[in-house]
Amino acid sequence: MNVLIYVFLGIGAIFNGLGAVALLRFPDVYTRIHGATKCTTFGSIFSILAVAVYGAARGGGDGVGMVIRALLALVFLLLTNPTGSHALARAAHRAGIKPFRAVVDRLEEHR
Amino acid sequence: MRRVAEIAATFALAFLVYLLLTLPSGTFGLWSAEELLAGAVIALLAALASHRLLWEQGGWRLLNPWRWVVFLVYLVGPFFLAMAKANLDVAYRVITGRINPGIVRFNPGLKTDAGRTLLANSITLTPGTLTLEVDEETGDFYVHWINVRNVDPAPEEVCGPFPRWAKVVAE
Repeated sequence: MNVLIYVFLGIGAIFNGLGAVALLRFPDVYTRIHGATKCTTFGSIFSILAVAVYGAARGGGDGVGMVIRALLALVFLLLTNPTGSHALARAAHRAGIKPFRAVVDRLEEHR
Repeated sequence: MRRVAEIAATFALAFLVYLLLTLPSGTFGLWSAEELLAGAVIALLAALASHRLLWEQGGWRLLNPWRWVVFLVYLVGPFFLAMAKANLDVAYRVITGRINPGIVRFNPGLKTDAGRTLLANSITLTPGTLTLEVDEETGDFYVHWINVRNVDPAPEEVCGPFPRWAKVVAE
């Protein structure tokens, strides 16, 4: 059980770190959203799974509560993260920010 | 009558979530009396505020338990697999800086708000693709793609099996 928790935490930490690197490396707002929110989501999913496994290993009323709350946090993360990313990107495009080095921009043609 | 049913259903869902969040809190059954009271008040406020939005355009369909089963299968199966693959792909692009971005358009042929929302959120959660806009009349999706392989892609090229699953789960 402990090994599983460490593996999940490790994957979470690596992907959160990559998200931070992506934020610095990528050239414009859209690609940065790809890097940041997505690596962060995957990192957070595994961090939360680590909490759930810890709760399951602990057992009893507290442990079960921990598992349920962790899974609920996961559900809300999966609902709110894409909504927020989408809102940011759409607002950026409406404000006239051109995607960097884009090979095609159908949304601009559409307007 | 319809409105009362809408409020009641929203209240039940919100109250259920609150109960799950506060699960082992006390002596009154599994919950303490304070939590039950606070949960009921908060769930009622949430229901009054949001019931109009939730059940518009046939939201009742989503209460069908079979759809929930299919949704869970989708979540842990094809969706998680696609997300893991895409995460590794974007991790590679973060390290090497090899990107070929663009905004592409495709039409997955989804009719309902629920189906479009599910597909748009799935696309955005998958690294490398990001839904920018959905045309409400035609159902066209505008997606920012970090590695454009085809300027006029079919839905399957951008998001794999997601449209088919969205249709089964939500339409």
